[in-house]
Amino acid sequence: MSPPTITDTVAGVTSAAWNGPAIVVEGLTKSFGDVHALRGVDFEVPRGTVLGVLGPNGAGKTTAVRVLTTLLQPDGGKALVEGRDVVHQPDAVRAIIGLAGQSAAIQEELTGRENLEIIGRLYHLPKAAARTRAAELLERFNLTDAADRPAKTFSGGMQRRLDLASSLVARPAVLFLDEPTTGLDPRSRIGMWEVIRDLVSTGTTLLLTTQYLDEADELADQIIVIDHGRVIAGGTAEELKDMVGGDVVEFIVPDDDRLDDAAQAVAGLSDAAPSVDRGAGQIAVRVGGKGSSAVIQAVRQLDAAGIVTDGLTLRRPSLDDVFLSLTGHSAEDGDALPANRHPRSTDHVA
Amino acid sequence: MSLSTTASERRPSAAHELLGYHPPGGNQRLRWALADALTLTRRDMLVWLRVPSFIVFTIVQPVMFVLLFRYVFGGAIKVDVKGGYVNFLMPGIIGQSAAFASFGTAIALAREMQKGIIDRFRSMPMARSAVLVGRLLADTVRLTATVVVLAAVGYAVGFRFENGVLPAIAMLALGVALGVSICCVAGWIGLLVRDEESVGSVGLIWLFPLTFVSSAFVQVQSMPGWLQAFANNQPVTIVMDEMRALALGGPLVTHGWESALWLVGITAVFGYLAVKAYRRP
Repeated sequence: MSPPTITDTVAGVTSAAWNGPAIVVEGLTKSFGDVHALRGVDFEVPRGTVLGVLGPNGAGKTTAVRVLTTLLQPDGGKALVEGRDVVHQPDAVRAIIGLAGQSAAIQEELTGRENLEIIGRLYHLPKAAARTRAAELLERFNLTDAADRPAKTFSGGMQRRLDLASSLVARPAVLFLDEPTTGLDPRSRIGMWEVIRDLVSTGTTLLLTTQYLDEADELADQIIVIDHGRVIAGGTAEELKDMVGGDVVEFIVPDDDRLDDAAQAVAGLSDAAPSVDRGAGQIAVRVGGKGSSAVIQAVRQLDAAGIVTDGLTLRRPSLDDVFLSLTGHSAEDGDALPANRHPRSTDHVA
Repeated sequence: MSLSTTASERRPSAAHELLGYHPPGGNQRLRWALADALTLTRRDMLVWLRVPSFIVFTIVQPVMFVLLFRYVFGGAIKVDVKGGYVNFLMPGIIGQSAAFASFGTAIALAREMQKGIIDRFRSMPMARSAVLVGRLLADTVRLTATVVVLAAVGYAVGFRFENGVLPAIAMLALGVALGVSICCVAGWIGLLVRDEESVGSVGLIWLFPLTFVSSAFVQVQSMPGWLQAFANNQPVTIVMDEMRALALGGPLVTHGWESALWLVGITAVFGYLAVKAYRRP
């Protein structure tokens, strides 16, 4: 009969079971003066799944995370985490969430172990339990060897892992990661992805914001695209990619004179005309879902026409393509601009 | 406790209360607020022990001030105090050093804001007052160390308490209390400004006129009349005069009340503002 009351005291709230989605957001609005960071955002995250919130800088991603983690009061709308209202039951929400923000929120002068033990104590774990939990997390995040060095001697990737470990001390049911790999080198990024995937496999619900399209593709079950405070699209990575017309066969023709012949040769692959980039000597054909069979066909046709190509590839559309077709601007640009008007161009001065 | 709870047992969150999380009642809440503050006090002190420049800031710099004023400026400053300038100086410099110690408070809090450490704390089921109270408790320890070392160095360069042991202790405690109240102001600014460099460079610039245009280093009568009006009526002078009376003898009552009111008032008002700034998104 030792731990039978567990479910009655979960995280400081009543035992009333919540069977809805882990996160429910309805009509959420938030403005900072004239800046409308959120203009009526709705989404749900089923328990145990990963939602990727994708959008450029300033789209409202961080604002949404700050509302859901009780750091910010929304102006309107509703946000529930495991059925707990972020505005009216903030402490109940805090008891079941973990947050890792954009920078590593660690005490650099202290060791990795001390950092985690202090967080454990602040969650009111007894000393011994805090110590055990810290050791477990250090082990799991591959930080055991460095555990007793000051965190300022850690690499960027190690600091982010320690930060992520800090957000997991109380085994949160719902985890919020705000741009978890921003600023990391490619290797550390992939390491971070592995850690996150491993984490999700244990049933944690995860909301992850990112500007990196491949990251959402890699980690998320569902993706929502946010721009200017609104959700402009949602679905799986595949669904979003289908919106822009599926796969693309791409190749380069080194001999400029044969560019038109090559375009002619592959015209039969698709209803849409091949697009020809004369500057780069590149041809691209949208082939829908035909995938590799389209590649084989393209190779045969080009070979039959006696055309030499360079680097023929099948490119799956990136989420960058998705963003561009949804918003008219790429994910890296802050605002939509007329095609030939680069923000740095000065032609409108005068 | 078997079939009826299957719904909640499916919750992934069911794992985490194995760690001992229980809902807080009223008394529990207070105990936790204190426990959180003490955890952070320990953390803050641990951080200081790891940072050599902090020892310099806390101990070496104030000691240098004592030596500079005692031997460089001291000869030129005339005061009508028993025991000469060193006796006049020490209560003042102890108070001034305690007030300047608030730089550490402001910078540390601004940095924690900037780095997102406070965001993490705010997303945890922690007492809102804990970061500030924990920091102030640690500051009290740090201030006490500064004040005691300064008194010892003062003794080495000729300063003497002329009024007995208890008033001497009360004088040191008053210095610490002055420091803590200024730390509340500085902490509020640190939490408001949230940028380490701005806080360090301009955020606390007001401390210079506040401490120097006072009776800390010279007698107020030696200042021009318009400046005396400010110097005579500002809290640092009032507290310094009381510290001096405790150390050297003299009337305590009026300045005692005024000092207590000022210090309690500043601590309460700015402590409240700082907790509000901590909660501000």
